[in-house]
Amino acid sequence: MSISIHSIHKTFGTYKALEDISLEVPNGSLTALLGPSGSGKTTLLRIVAGLESADPGPGRILFHGENVVDIPAGKRQVGFVFQHYALFRHMTVADNISFGLTVLPRNQRPSRNEINDRVAELISLVKLDGLHQRRPHELSGGQRQRVALARALAIRPKVLLLDEPFGALDAQVRKDLRRWLRLFHDEIGLTTLFVTHDQEEALELADQVVVMRNARIEQVGPPQKIYDHPRTPFVYEFLGNVNKLVTPDGVTRYVRPHEIEVKFAAELDLQTDRLAEVQHLFSAGPVASLSVRADDGQFIEVEISRKQLEEMALSVGDKVALGLPATS
Amino acid sequence: MSKRRVIPGFGLSLGFTVIYLSLLILIPLAALFLKAAGVGWRGWLELLTNERVLAAAKLTFGASACAAALSTVTGLLVTWVLVRYRFPGRRLMDAMIDLPFALPTAVAGITLTAIYAPNGWIGAYLDRIGIKAAYSPLGIFLALTFIGFPFVVRTMQPVLEDFTRDTEEAAATLGAGRWTTFRRVVLPALMPALITGFTLAFARAIGEYGSVIFISGNLPYKTEILPLLIVSKLEEFNVPAAAVIASGMLIISFALLFCINLLQRWLNWQPR
Ligand SMILES: Nc1ncnc2c1ncn2[C@@H]1O[C@H](COP(=O)(O)OP(=O)(O)O)[C@@H](O)[C@H]1O
Ligand SMILES: [Mg+2]
Repeated sequence: MSISIHSIHKTFGTYKALEDISLEVPNGSLTALLGPSGSGKTTLLRIVAGLESADPGPGRILFHGENVVDIPAGKRQVGFVFQHYALFRHMTVADNISFGLTVLPRNQRPSRNEINDRVAELISLVKLDGLHQRRPHELSGGQRQRVALARALAIRPKVLLLDEPFGALDAQVRKDLRRWLRLFHDEIGLTTLFVTHDQEEALELADQVVVMRNARIEQVGPPQKIYDHPRTPFVYEFLGNVNKLVTPDGVTRYVRPHEIEVKFAAELDLQTDRLAEVQHLFSAGPVASLSVRADDGQFIEVEISRKQLEEMALSVGDKVALGLPATS
Repeated sequence: MSKRRVIPGFGLSLGFTVIYLSLLILIPLAALFLKAAGVGWRGWLELLTNERVLAAAKLTFGASACAAALSTVTGLLVTWVLVRYRFPGRRLMDAMIDLPFALPTAVAGITLTAIYAPNGWIGAYLDRIGIKAAYSPLGIFLALTFIGFPFVVRTMQPVLEDFTRDTEEAAATLGAGRWTTFRRVVLPALMPALITGFTLAFARAIGEYGSVIFISGNLPYKTEILPLLIVSKLEEFNVPAAAVIASGMLIISFALLFCINLLQRWLNWQPR
Protein backbone atom coordinates (compact mmCIF):
# COMPACT_ATOMS: atom_id res chain seq x y z
CA MET A 1 0.00 0.00 0.00
CA SER A 2 1.47 3.36 -1.03
CA ILE A 3 1.70 6.33 1.32
CA SER A 4 1.29 9.87 -0.02
CA ILE A 5 2.04 12.80 2.19
CA HIS A 6 0.83 16.20 1.02
CA SER A 7 1.93 19.51 2.53
CA ILE A 8 2.07 18.48 6.16
CA HIS A 9 3.02 21.06 8.76
CA LYS A 10 3.63 20.53 12.46
CA THR A 11 4.38 23.10 15.14
CA PHE A 12 5.03 22.46 18.82
CA GLY A 13 4.12 25.74 20.48
CA THR A 14 6.09 28.12 18.34
CA TYR A 15 8.67 25.60 17.22
CA LYS A 16 8.26 24.36 13.65
CA ALA A 17 9.01 20.66 13.64
CA LEU A 18 7.80 20.03 10.08
CA GLU A 19 7.37 22.54 7.30
CA ASP A 20 5.42 21.72 4.19
CA ILE A 21 6.37 18.08 3.86
CA SER A 22 5.26 16.24 0.74
CA LEU A 23 6.45 12.77 -0.06
CA GLU A 24 5.49 9.67 -2.01
CA VAL A 25 6.31 6.26 -0.55
CA PRO A 26 5.70 3.78 -3.37
CA ASN A 27 3.88 0.54 -2.69
CA GLY A 28 6.24 -2.17 -1.50
CA SER A 29 9.21 0.12 -1.17
CA LEU A 30 11.68 0.37 1.66
CA THR A 31 12.08 4.09 2.24
CA ALA A 32 14.51 5.70 4.66
CA LEU A 33 13.98 9.02 6.39
CA LEU A 34 17.52 10.21 6.91
CA GLY A 35 18.62 13.32 8.75
CA PRO A 36 20.44 14.66 11.76
CA SER A 37 18.72 14.37 15.11
CA GLY A 38 16.05 17.01 15.62
CA SER A 39 15.29 17.30 11.91
CA GLY A 40 11.73 16.05 12.38
CA LYS A 41 11.96 12.42 11.25
CA THR A 42 10.24 10.90 14.25
CA THR A 43 7.56 13.58 14.17
CA LEU A 44 6.78 12.78 10.53
CA LEU A 45 6.66 9.06 11.25
CA ARG A 46 4.34 9.62 14.21
CA ILE A 47 2.03 11.73 12.11
CA VAL A 48 1.85 8.99 9.50
CA ALA A 49 1.00 6.52 12.28
CA GLY A 50 -1.62 8.81 13.79
CA LEU A 51 0.19 9.14 17.12
CA GLU A 52 0.54 12.86 16.51
CA SER A 53 -1.77 15.08 14.51
CA ALA A 54 -0.49 17.48 11.89
CA ASP A 55 -1.37 21.14 12.09
CA PRO A 56 -4.88 21.74 10.79
CA GLY A 57 -4.92 22.86 7.20
CA PRO A 58 -4.97 21.40 3.74
CA GLY A 59 -2.35 18.77 4.63
CA ARG A 60 -3.32 15.20 3.78
CA ILE A 61 -1.96 11.73 4.29
CA LEU A 62 -3.20 9.09 1.89
CA PHE A 63 -2.86 5.35 2.28
CA HIS A 64 -3.46 3.91 -1.18
CA GLY A 65 -5.41 7.03 -2.10
CA GLU A 66 -7.55 7.09 1.03
CA ASN A 67 -7.19 10.09 3.32
CA VAL A 68 -6.39 8.82 6.81
CA VAL A 69 -5.91 12.14 8.59
CA ASP A 70 -9.07 11.70 10.65
CA ILE A 71 -8.56 8.02 11.39
CA PRO A 72 -7.15 7.33 14.87
CA ALA A 73 -3.91 5.39 15.26
CA GLY A 74 -5.65 2.23 16.36
CA LYS A 75 -7.70 2.03 13.18
CA ARG A 76 -4.99 2.91 10.65
CA GLN A 77 -3.54 -0.59 10.59
CA VAL A 78 0.03 0.54 10.78
CA GLY A 79 2.76 -1.51 12.32
CA PHE A 80 4.89 0.82 14.42
CA VAL A 81 8.20 -0.19 15.91
CA PHE A 82 9.49 2.20 18.55
CA GLN A 83 13.08 3.21 18.98
CA HIS A 84 13.24 1.71 22.46
CA TYR A 85 11.01 -1.25 21.58
CA ALA A 86 8.21 -0.28 24.00
CA LEU A 87 7.49 -3.92 24.77
CA PHE A 88 4.93 -4.81 27.43
CA ARG A 89 7.39 -5.90 30.03
CA HIS A 90 5.07 -7.89 32.24
CA MET A 91 4.02 -10.07 29.29
CA THR A 92 5.80 -12.99 27.70
CA VAL A 93 7.08 -12.80 24.15
CA ALA A 94 4.04 -14.71 22.93
CA ASP A 95 1.61 -12.43 24.79
CA ASN A 96 3.36 -9.36 23.46
CA ILE A 97 3.02 -10.61 19.91
CA SER A 98 -0.60 -11.67 20.24
CA PHE A 99 -1.68 -8.46 21.96
CA GLY A 100 -2.95 -6.75 18.81
CA LEU A 101 -5.13 -9.77 18.01
CA THR A 102 -6.54 -10.20 21.49
CA VAL A 103 -7.77 -6.61 21.68
CA LEU A 104 -9.84 -6.90 18.51
CA PRO A 105 -13.60 -6.61 18.99
CA ARG A 106 -15.08 -10.01 19.79
CA ASN A 107 -16.67 -10.51 16.39
CA GLN A 108 -13.36 -9.93 14.57
CA ARG A 109 -11.13 -11.65 17.05
CA PRO A 110 -9.57 -14.91 15.84
CA SER A 111 -10.07 -17.99 17.99
CA ARG A 112 -7.48 -18.92 20.60
CA ASN A 113 -6.08 -21.57 18.25
CA GLU A 114 -5.81 -19.22 15.33
CA ILE A 115 -4.03 -16.70 17.50
CA ASN A 116 -1.58 -19.32 18.72
CA ASP A 117 -0.88 -20.38 15.15
CA ARG A 118 -0.27 -16.83 14.08
CA VAL A 119 2.09 -16.23 17.01
CA ALA A 120 4.04 -19.38 16.18
CA GLU A 121 4.27 -18.30 12.57
CA LEU A 122 5.53 -14.83 13.50
CA ILE A 123 8.00 -16.17 16.03
CA SER A 124 9.63 -18.32 13.41
CA LEU A 125 9.45 -15.48 10.88
CA VAL A 126 11.52 -13.24 13.12
CA LYS A 127 13.73 -16.12 14.21
CA LEU A 128 12.85 -16.22 17.89
CA ASP A 129 12.06 -19.91 18.07
CA GLY A 130 12.02 -21.30 21.57
CA LEU A 131 11.65 -17.92 23.26
CA HIS A 132 7.82 -17.87 23.53
CA GLN A 133 7.71 -17.82 27.28
CA ARG A 134 10.55 -15.40 27.91
CA ARG A 135 9.87 -11.94 29.20
CA PRO A 136 11.41 -8.88 27.56
CA HIS A 137 14.01 -8.39 30.27
CA GLU A 138 15.38 -11.84 29.51
CA LEU A 139 16.14 -10.97 25.90
CA SER A 140 19.01 -9.20 24.17
CA GLY A 141 18.48 -5.88 22.42
CA GLY A 142 18.32 -7.46 18.99
CA GLN A 143 15.81 -10.05 20.16
CA ARG A 144 13.63 -7.39 21.76
CA GLN A 145 13.65 -5.45 18.53
CA ARG A 146 12.43 -8.51 16.68
CA VAL A 147 9.68 -9.12 19.23
CA ALA A 148 8.57 -5.53 18.64
CA LEU A 149 8.58 -6.19 14.91
CA ALA A 150 6.60 -9.41 15.25
CA ARG A 151 4.10 -7.67 17.52
CA ALA A 152 3.64 -4.93 14.91
CA LEU A 153 3.22 -7.49 12.12
CA ALA A 154 0.65 -9.56 14.00
CA ILE A 155 -2.17 -7.21 13.08
CA ARG A 156 -1.33 -7.59 9.37
CA PRO A 157 -0.55 -3.90 8.96
CA LYS A 158 -0.85 -2.14 5.65
CA VAL A 159 2.37 -0.26 6.21
CA LEU A 160 5.32 -0.74 8.51
CA LEU A 161 6.90 2.22 10.29
CA LEU A 162 10.20 1.83 12.11
CA ASP A 163 11.76 4.55 14.25
CA GLU A 164 15.54 4.11 14.36
CA PRO A 165 15.10 0.36 14.54
CA PHE A 166 18.76 -0.31 15.12
CA GLY A 167 19.60 2.83 17.04
CA ALA A 168 20.08 1.22 20.42
CA LEU A 169 22.04 -1.82 19.25
CA ASP A 170 25.77 -2.37 19.06
CA ALA A 171 27.59 -2.27 15.75
CA GLN A 172 27.72 -5.97 14.95
CA VAL A 173 24.09 -6.74 15.81
CA ARG A 174 23.14 -3.64 13.88
CA LYS A 175 24.82 -4.85 10.73
CA ASP A 176 23.29 -8.33 11.01
CA LEU A 177 19.83 -7.05 11.72
CA ARG A 178 20.09 -4.53 8.91
CA ARG A 179 20.88 -7.23 6.38
CA TRP A 180 18.15 -9.40 7.84
CA LEU A 181 15.59 -6.58 7.55
CA ARG A 182 16.42 -6.09 3.87
CA LEU A 183 15.86 -9.78 3.12
CA PHE A 184 12.80 -9.80 5.31
CA HIS A 185 11.34 -6.84 3.49
CA ASP A 186 11.98 -8.41 0.11
CA GLU A 187 10.23 -11.53 1.34
CA ILE A 188 7.06 -9.95 2.67
CA GLY A 189 7.01 -6.88 0.44
CA LEU A 190 5.33 -4.61 2.96
CA THR A 191 5.58 -0.87 2.30
CA THR A 192 8.10 0.23 4.90
CA LEU A 193 9.17 3.65 6.10
CA PHE A 194 12.06 3.74 8.51
CA VAL A 195 13.89 6.50 10.33
CA THR A 196 17.62 6.64 10.73
CA HIS A 197 20.35 9.18 11.32
CA ASP A 198 22.98 6.83 9.94
CA GLN A 199 23.71 7.55 6.28
CA GLU A 200 25.41 4.21 5.75
CA GLU A 201 22.33 2.42 7.00
CA ALA A 202 20.03 4.43 4.75
CA LEU A 203 22.17 4.01 1.66
CA GLU A 204 22.74 0.33 2.16
CA LEU A 205 19.20 -0.62 3.02
CA ALA A 206 16.69 1.61 1.29
CA ASP A 207 15.17 1.76 -2.19
CA GLN A 208 14.45 5.40 -1.65
CA VAL A 209 16.20 7.83 0.66
CA VAL A 210 14.56 10.98 1.97
CA VAL A 211 17.08 13.42 3.39
CA MET A 212 15.61 15.75 6.00
CA ARG A 213 17.05 18.86 7.56
CA ASN A 214 15.51 21.47 9.83
CA ALA A 215 11.92 20.35 9.43
CA ARG A 216 12.16 20.15 5.65
CA ILE A 217 12.90 17.56 3.02
CA GLU A 218 16.22 18.33 1.37
CA GLN A 219 16.31 15.65 -1.32
CA VAL A 220 14.52 12.44 -2.28
CA GLY A 221 15.80 9.70 -4.52
CA PRO A 222 17.39 6.28 -4.86
CA PRO A 223 20.52 5.91 -2.72
CA GLN A 224 22.99 5.81 -5.60
CA LYS A 225 21.53 8.90 -7.19
CA ILE A 226 21.59 10.83 -3.94
CA TYR A 227 25.15 9.82 -3.23
CA ASP A 228 26.38 10.65 -6.71
CA HIS A 229 24.36 13.80 -7.26
CA PRO A 230 23.68 15.52 -3.95
CA ARG A 231 21.57 18.55 -4.60
CA THR A 232 22.86 20.71 -1.79
CA PRO A 233 26.06 21.06 0.22
CA PHE A 234 24.17 19.75 3.23
CA VAL A 235 23.30 16.50 1.50
CA TYR A 236 26.84 16.25 0.21
CA GLU A 237 28.26 16.52 3.69
CA PHE A 238 25.63 14.47 5.41
CA LEU A 239 26.02 11.50 3.12
CA GLY A 240 29.35 10.92 4.61
CA ASN A 241 32.98 11.26 3.85
CA VAL A 242 33.52 14.36 1.88
CA ASN A 243 36.21 17.00 1.73
CA LYS A 244 35.18 20.59 1.66
CA LEU A 245 37.93 22.35 -0.25
CA VAL A 246 38.38 26.02 -0.85
CA THR A 247 40.21 26.68 -4.11
CA PRO A 248 42.72 29.54 -4.34
CA ASP A 249 40.08 31.62 -6.12
CA GLY A 250 37.73 31.23 -3.16
CA VAL A 251 35.33 28.64 -4.57
CA THR A 252 34.12 25.84 -2.30
CA ARG A 253 34.27 22.36 -3.74
CA TYR A 254 33.09 19.03 -2.36
CA VAL A 255 35.29 16.11 -3.22
CA ARG A 256 34.86 12.55 -1.95
CA PRO A 257 38.03 10.88 -0.62
CA HIS A 258 38.12 8.26 -3.36
CA GLU A 259 37.86 10.86 -6.11
CA ILE A 260 41.30 12.25 -5.33
CA GLU A 261 44.32 10.85 -7.12
CA VAL A 262 47.56 10.39 -5.15
CA LYS A 263 50.89 10.68 -6.99
CA PHE A 264 54.55 11.07 -6.04
CA ALA A 265 55.49 14.65 -5.33
CA ALA A 266 57.82 14.52 -8.32
CA GLU A 267 54.82 14.10 -10.61
CA LEU A 268 53.22 17.31 -9.39
CA ASP A 269 51.34 19.12 -12.13
CA LEU A 270 51.28 22.73 -11.07
CA GLN A 271 48.22 23.41 -13.19
CA THR A 272 45.85 20.99 -11.49
CA ASP A 273 47.51 19.35 -8.52
CA ARG A 274 48.25 20.29 -4.97
CA LEU A 275 51.22 19.41 -2.85
CA ALA A 276 50.46 17.78 0.49
CA GLU A 277 52.10 15.98 3.37
CA VAL A 278 50.87 12.64 4.75
CA GLN A 279 49.75 13.03 8.37
CA HIS A 280 48.21 9.66 9.11
CA LEU A 281 47.48 6.47 7.26
CA PHE A 282 45.40 3.44 7.99
CA SER A 283 44.21 0.55 5.93
CA ALA A 284 41.51 -1.97 6.75
CA GLY A 285 40.67 -4.32 3.94
CA PRO A 286 41.42 -3.29 0.37
CA VAL A 287 41.08 0.44 0.99
CA ALA A 288 43.63 2.72 2.63
CA SER A 289 42.61 6.05 4.16
CA LEU A 290 45.12 8.84 4.22
CA SER A 291 44.90 12.04 6.08
CA VAL A 292 47.03 14.67 4.40
CA ARG A 293 47.70 18.35 4.88
CA ALA A 294 47.75 20.44 1.75
CA ASP A 295 50.28 23.23 1.24
CA ASP A 296 47.64 25.82 2.16
CA GLY A 297 47.03 24.12 5.51
CA GLN A 298 43.71 22.36 4.71
CA PHE A 299 43.30 18.81 5.88
CA ILE A 300 42.09 16.40 3.22
CA GLU A 301 40.89 12.81 3.54
CA VAL A 302 41.95 10.59 0.68
CA GLU A 303 41.21 6.96 -0.12
CA ILE A 304 43.44 4.87 -2.34
CA SER A 305 43.71 1.14 -2.78
CA ARG A 306 45.90 -0.71 -0.39
CA LYS A 307 47.82 -1.99 -3.36
CA GLN A 308 48.69 1.52 -4.42
CA LEU A 309 49.71 2.40 -0.90
CA GLU A 310 52.11 -0.54 -0.84
CA GLU A 311 53.47 0.20 -4.31
CA MET A 312 54.15 3.81 -3.42
CA ALA A 313 55.53 2.74 -0.02
CA LEU A 314 54.13 5.86 1.59
CA SER A 315 54.68 6.72 5.21
CA VAL A 316 53.85 9.58 7.52
CA GLY A 317 55.69 12.77 6.61
CA ASP A 318 56.03 11.93 2.89
CA LYS A 319 55.14 14.59 0.37
CA VAL A 320 52.58 13.65 -2.26
CA ALA A 321 50.82 15.32 -5.15
CA LEU A 322 47.04 15.31 -5.07
CA GLY A 323 45.17 15.26 -8.35
CA LEU A 324 41.69 16.71 -7.90
CA PRO A 325 38.96 15.65 -10.29
CA ALA A 326 38.04 18.17 -12.95
CA THR A 327 35.09 20.32 -11.93
CA SER A 328 31.90 19.14 -13.52
CA MET B 1 39.66 -19.54 47.47
CA SER B 2 36.93 -17.02 47.86
CA LYS B 3 35.05 -15.40 45.01
CA ARG B 4 36.18 -11.89 44.32
CA ARG B 5 33.52 -9.28 44.68
CA VAL B 6 33.33 -5.87 43.13
CA ILE B 7 32.83 -4.14 46.43
CA PRO B 8 35.33 -5.33 49.02
CA GLY B 9 34.72 -6.00 52.66
CA PHE B 10 31.73 -8.29 52.32
CA GLY B 11 32.48 -10.01 55.62
CA LEU B 12 32.85 -6.72 57.40
CA SER B 13 29.68 -5.17 55.99
CA LEU B 14 27.64 -8.32 56.66
CA GLY B 15 28.91 -8.37 60.22
CA PHE B 16 27.96 -4.74 60.63
CA THR B 17 24.52 -5.38 59.17
CA VAL B 18 23.84 -8.27 61.51
CA ILE B 19 24.96 -6.40 64.61
CA TYR B 20 23.10 -3.28 63.61
CA LEU B 21 19.87 -5.12 62.91
CA SER B 22 20.24 -7.06 66.15
CA LEU B 23 20.72 -3.97 68.24
CA LEU B 24 17.98 -2.04 66.53
CA ILE B 25 15.32 -4.63 65.86
CA LEU B 26 15.96 -8.15 67.05
CA ILE B 27 17.03 -7.50 70.63
CA PRO B 28 14.20 -5.08 71.47
CA LEU B 29 11.70 -7.47 69.90
CA ALA B 30 13.15 -10.42 71.76
CA ALA B 31 12.86 -8.45 74.99
CA LEU B 32 9.25 -7.74 74.14
CA PHE B 33 8.45 -11.40 73.60
CA LEU B 34 10.37 -12.36 76.73
CA LYS B 35 8.28 -9.94 78.76
CA ALA B 36 5.13 -11.24 77.15
CA ALA B 37 6.10 -14.84 77.82
CA GLY B 38 5.99 -14.04 81.50
CA VAL B 39 2.21 -14.29 81.63
CA GLY B 40 2.09 -17.85 80.34
CA TRP B 41 -0.21 -19.43 77.75
CA ARG B 42 -3.31 -18.91 79.77
CA GLY B 43 -2.56 -15.23 80.21
CA TRP B 44 -1.98 -14.86 76.46
CA LEU B 45 -5.21 -16.57 75.58
CA GLU B 46 -7.18 -14.56 78.07
CA LEU B 47 -5.75 -11.23 76.95
CA LEU B 48 -6.00 -11.87 73.26
CA THR B 49 -9.59 -13.10 73.36
CA ASN B 50 -10.65 -10.20 75.53
CA GLU B 51 -13.61 -8.40 73.91
CA ARG B 52 -12.04 -5.00 74.17
CA VAL B 53 -8.74 -6.15 72.66
CA LEU B 54 -10.53 -7.93 69.85
CA ALA B 55 -12.61 -4.87 69.05
CA ALA B 56 -9.50 -2.71 69.00
CA ALA B 57 -7.69 -5.24 66.78
CA LYS B 58 -10.56 -5.37 64.32
CA LEU B 59 -10.66 -1.61 64.17
CA THR B 60 -6.90 -1.21 63.81
CA PHE B 61 -6.42 -3.74 61.06
CA GLY B 62 -9.71 -2.95 59.32
CA ALA B 63 -9.26 0.81 59.25
CA SER B 64 -5.61 0.42 58.25
CA ALA B 65 -6.48 -1.85 55.33
CA CYS B 66 -9.26 0.46 54.14
CA ALA B 67 -7.06 3.54 54.47
CA ALA B 68 -4.18 1.85 52.65
CA ALA B 69 -6.55 0.78 49.87
CA LEU B 70 -7.87 4.32 49.43
CA SER B 71 -4.33 5.72 49.57
CA THR B 72 -3.32 3.29 46.85
CA VAL B 73 -6.07 4.40 44.49
CA THR B 74 -5.72 8.12 45.11
CA GLY B 75 -1.93 7.79 45.28
CA LEU B 76 -1.90 6.27 41.80
CA LEU B 77 -4.06 9.09 40.51
CA VAL B 78 -1.96 11.84 42.08
CA THR B 79 1.29 10.26 40.95
CA TRP B 80 -0.08 9.99 37.43
CA VAL B 81 -0.87 13.68 37.39
CA LEU B 82 2.51 14.62 38.88
CA VAL B 83 4.48 12.49 36.46
CA ARG B 84 2.53 12.89 33.27
CA TYR B 85 1.42 16.50 33.22
CA ARG B 86 3.30 19.76 33.33
CA PHE B 87 1.36 22.54 35.01
CA PRO B 88 2.15 25.57 37.13
CA GLY B 89 2.55 24.61 40.76
CA ARG B 90 3.56 21.05 40.01
CA ARG B 91 6.79 21.27 41.99
CA LEU B 92 4.96 22.80 44.91
CA MET B 93 2.45 19.98 44.83
CA ASP B 94 5.25 17.45 44.61
CA ALA B 95 6.89 18.94 47.71
CA MET B 96 3.57 19.00 49.55
CA ILE B 97 3.23 15.22 49.24
CA ASP B 98 5.96 14.77 51.82
CA LEU B 99 4.34 16.97 54.45
CA PRO B 100 2.64 14.08 56.28
CA PHE B 101 6.13 12.57 56.65
CA ALA B 102 7.51 15.71 58.26
CA LEU B 103 4.56 16.86 60.32
CA PRO B 104 4.52 15.61 63.93
CA THR B 105 1.65 13.16 63.90
CA ALA B 106 0.04 14.88 66.88
CA VAL B 107 -0.16 18.09 64.89
CA ALA B 108 -1.80 16.19 62.06
CA GLY B 109 -4.26 14.67 64.51
CA ILE B 110 -5.18 17.96 66.10
CA THR B 111 -5.59 19.67 62.74
CA LEU B 112 -7.71 16.91 61.30
CA THR B 113 -9.84 16.89 64.42
CA ALA B 114 -10.35 20.64 64.20
CA ILE B 115 -11.52 20.33 60.62
CA TYR B 116 -13.69 17.25 60.96
CA ALA B 117 -15.17 17.86 64.39
CA PRO B 118 -18.93 18.54 64.34
CA ASN B 119 -18.16 22.29 64.57
CA GLY B 120 -15.18 22.19 62.19
CA TRP B 121 -14.99 23.47 58.59
CA ILE B 122 -15.87 20.23 56.94
CA GLY B 123 -17.26 18.38 59.93
CA ALA B 124 -20.11 20.88 60.22
CA TYR B 125 -21.37 20.06 56.75
CA LEU B 126 -20.92 16.35 57.27
CA ASP B 127 -22.76 16.66 60.57
CA ARG B 128 -25.69 18.29 58.81
CA ILE B 129 -26.12 15.29 56.50
CA GLY B 130 -25.78 12.96 59.45
CA ILE B 131 -22.19 11.85 59.04
CA LYS B 132 -20.06 11.86 62.12
CA ALA B 133 -16.46 12.24 60.96
CA ALA B 134 -14.41 12.95 64.07
CA TYR B 135 -14.71 10.64 67.11
CA SER B 136 -15.74 7.73 64.90
CA PRO B 137 -14.06 4.97 62.89
CA LEU B 138 -14.43 7.26 59.87
CA GLY B 139 -12.16 9.79 61.58
CA ILE B 140 -9.56 7.11 62.25
CA PHE B 141 -9.78 6.10 58.64
CA LEU B 142 -9.21 9.72 57.55
CA ALA B 143 -6.17 10.13 59.77
CA LEU B 144 -4.65 6.87 58.53
CA THR B 145 -5.25 7.89 54.92
CA PHE B 146 -3.47 11.16 55.57
CA ILE B 147 -0.34 9.54 56.93
CA GLY B 148 -0.25 6.60 54.50
CA PHE B 149 -0.74 8.44 51.26
CA PRO B 150 2.84 9.73 50.71
CA PHE B 151 4.18 6.17 50.85
CA VAL B 152 2.14 5.22 47.82
CA VAL B 153 3.10 8.31 45.84
CA ARG B 154 6.79 7.96 46.58
CA THR B 155 6.75 4.27 45.68
CA MET B 156 4.85 4.80 42.44
CA GLN B 157 6.69 7.85 41.23
CA PRO B 158 9.94 6.29 39.98
CA VAL B 159 8.07 3.36 38.47
CA LEU B 160 5.69 5.58 36.59
CA GLU B 161 8.48 7.86 35.43
CA ASP B 162 10.16 4.78 34.08
CA PHE B 163 7.02 3.62 32.37
CA THR B 164 7.27 5.45 29.10
CA ARG B 165 4.47 6.78 27.01
CA ASP B 166 5.78 4.61 24.16
CA THR B 167 4.29 1.58 25.77
CA GLU B 168 0.81 3.06 25.77
CA GLU B 169 1.28 4.32 22.23
CA ALA B 170 2.35 0.86 21.16
CA ALA B 171 -0.91 -0.49 22.56
CA ALA B 172 -2.79 2.26 20.72
CA THR B 173 -1.24 1.46 17.34
CA LEU B 174 -2.14 -2.18 17.94
CA GLY B 175 -5.77 -1.18 18.20
CA ALA B 176 -6.33 -1.15 21.97
CA GLY B 177 -8.70 1.48 23.36
CA ARG B 178 -7.89 3.59 26.40
CA TRP B 179 -9.57 1.34 28.91
CA THR B 180 -8.05 -1.83 27.47
CA THR B 181 -4.66 -0.18 27.48
CA PHE B 182 -5.05 0.80 31.11
CA ARG B 183 -6.36 -2.59 32.19
CA ARG B 184 -3.99 -4.80 30.21
CA VAL B 185 -0.85 -2.73 29.85
CA VAL B 186 -0.58 0.03 32.44
CA LEU B 187 -2.10 -1.56 35.52
CA PRO B 188 -0.25 -4.89 35.39
CA ALA B 189 3.03 -3.09 34.87
CA LEU B 190 2.37 -0.92 37.91
CA MET B 191 0.94 -3.71 40.05
CA PRO B 192 4.11 -4.67 41.95
CA ALA B 193 4.74 -1.05 42.87
CA LEU B 194 1.11 -0.58 43.84
CA ILE B 195 1.31 -3.56 46.17
CA THR B 196 4.51 -2.27 47.70
CA GLY B 197 2.90 1.13 48.21
CA PHE B 198 -0.14 -0.48 49.76
CA THR B 199 2.03 -2.55 52.06
CA LEU B 200 3.99 0.43 53.29
CA ALA B 201 0.87 2.50 53.87
CA PHE B 202 -0.78 -0.43 55.62
CA ALA B 203 2.19 -1.16 57.86
CA ARG B 204 2.51 2.49 58.75
CA ALA B 205 -1.20 2.73 59.56
CA ILE B 206 -1.19 -0.27 61.87
CA GLY B 207 1.43 1.32 64.09
CA GLU B 208 0.05 4.86 63.89
CA TYR B 209 -0.72 6.42 67.24
CA GLY B 210 -0.24 10.16 67.41
CA SER B 211 -2.65 11.37 64.76
CA VAL B 212 -5.36 8.85 65.61
CA ILE B 213 -5.78 9.42 69.33
CA PHE B 214 -6.97 12.98 68.81
CA ILE B 215 -9.56 12.30 66.17
CA SER B 216 -10.79 8.93 67.39
CA GLY B 217 -12.30 9.93 70.74
CA ASN B 218 -10.87 6.68 72.16
CA LEU B 219 -14.08 5.02 73.23
CA PRO B 220 -13.41 1.44 74.35
CA TYR B 221 -15.06 -1.13 72.04
CA LYS B 222 -15.84 1.62 69.54
CA THR B 223 -12.95 3.89 68.57
CA GLU B 224 -10.05 2.52 70.51
CA ILE B 225 -7.04 1.33 68.50
CA LEU B 226 -4.48 -1.27 69.56
CA PRO B 227 -1.55 1.11 70.04
CA LEU B 228 -3.72 3.19 72.37
CA LEU B 229 -4.75 0.10 74.30
CA ILE B 230 -1.10 -0.77 74.73
CA VAL B 231 -0.33 2.69 76.02
CA SER B 232 -3.19 2.58 78.50
CA LYS B 233 -2.00 -0.81 79.79
CA LEU B 234 1.41 0.77 80.28
CA GLU B 235 -0.14 3.67 82.14
CA GLU B 236 -1.76 1.15 84.46
CA PHE B 237 1.77 -0.28 84.94
CA ASN B 238 0.52 -3.52 83.46
CA VAL B 239 3.65 -4.06 81.37
CA PRO B 240 3.14 -7.79 80.71
CA ALA B 241 -0.34 -7.19 79.27
CA ALA B 242 1.00 -4.41 77.07
CA ALA B 243 3.76 -6.74 75.91
CA VAL B 244 1.29 -9.51 75.08
CA ILE B 245 -0.94 -7.23 73.02
CA ALA B 246 2.09 -5.78 71.28
CA SER B 247 3.40 -9.26 70.52
CA GLY B 248 0.08 -10.39 69.14
CA MET B 249 -0.08 -7.30 67.01
CA LEU B 250 3.41 -7.92 65.78
CA ILE B 251 2.69 -11.51 64.85
CA ILE B 252 -0.44 -10.63 62.91
CA SER B 253 1.29 -7.75 61.16
CA PHE B 254 4.17 -9.97 60.22
CA ALA B 255 1.85 -12.68 58.91
CA LEU B 256 -0.08 -10.15 56.82
CA LEU B 257 3.04 -8.58 55.37
CA PHE B 258 4.39 -12.00 54.61
CA CYS B 259 1.21 -12.91 52.72
CA ILE B 260 1.40 -9.73 50.69
CA ASN B 261 4.96 -10.58 49.88
CA LEU B 262 3.87 -14.01 48.68
CA LEU B 263 1.18 -12.41 46.56
CA GLN B 264 3.81 -10.25 44.95
CA ARG B 265 5.93 -13.31 44.20
CA TRP B 266 2.92 -15.03 42.79
CA LEU B 267 2.39 -12.18 40.35
CA ASN B 268 5.71 -13.42 39.08
CA TRP B 269 6.81 -10.19 37.59
CA GLN B 270 10.40 -9.24 37.57
CA PRO B 271 11.61 -5.71 37.10
CA ARG B 272 13.61 -5.19 33.93
N1 LIG C 1 6.06 16.57 21.81
C1 LIG C 1 6.92 17.54 21.49
N2 LIG C 1 6.85 18.74 22.07
C2 LIG C 1 7.72 19.74 21.76
N3 LIG C 1 8.71 19.62 20.86
C3 LIG C 1 8.83 18.44 20.24
C4 LIG C 1 7.96 17.34 20.52
N4 LIG C 1 8.34 16.29 19.74
C5 LIG C 1 9.39 16.72 19.02
N5 LIG C 1 9.69 18.00 19.30
C6 LIG C 1 10.75 18.80 18.69
O1 LIG C 1 10.66 18.70 17.30
C7 LIG C 1 11.94 18.56 16.72
C8 LIG C 1 11.98 17.34 15.84
O2 LIG C 1 11.93 16.22 16.66
P1 LIG C 1 11.98 14.75 16.11
O3 LIG C 1 10.92 14.56 15.10
O4 LIG C 1 11.95 13.82 17.27
O5 LIG C 1 13.41 14.72 15.42
P2 LIG C 1 14.27 13.48 14.93
O6 LIG C 1 13.46 12.24 15.07
O7 LIG C 1 14.61 13.81 13.52
O8 LIG C 1 15.47 13.47 15.79
C9 LIG C 1 12.93 18.52 17.85
O9 LIG C 1 13.55 19.77 17.95
C10 LIG C 1 12.10 18.24 19.06
O10 LIG C 1 12.63 18.88 20.19
MG1 LIG D 1 13.85 10.58 16.36
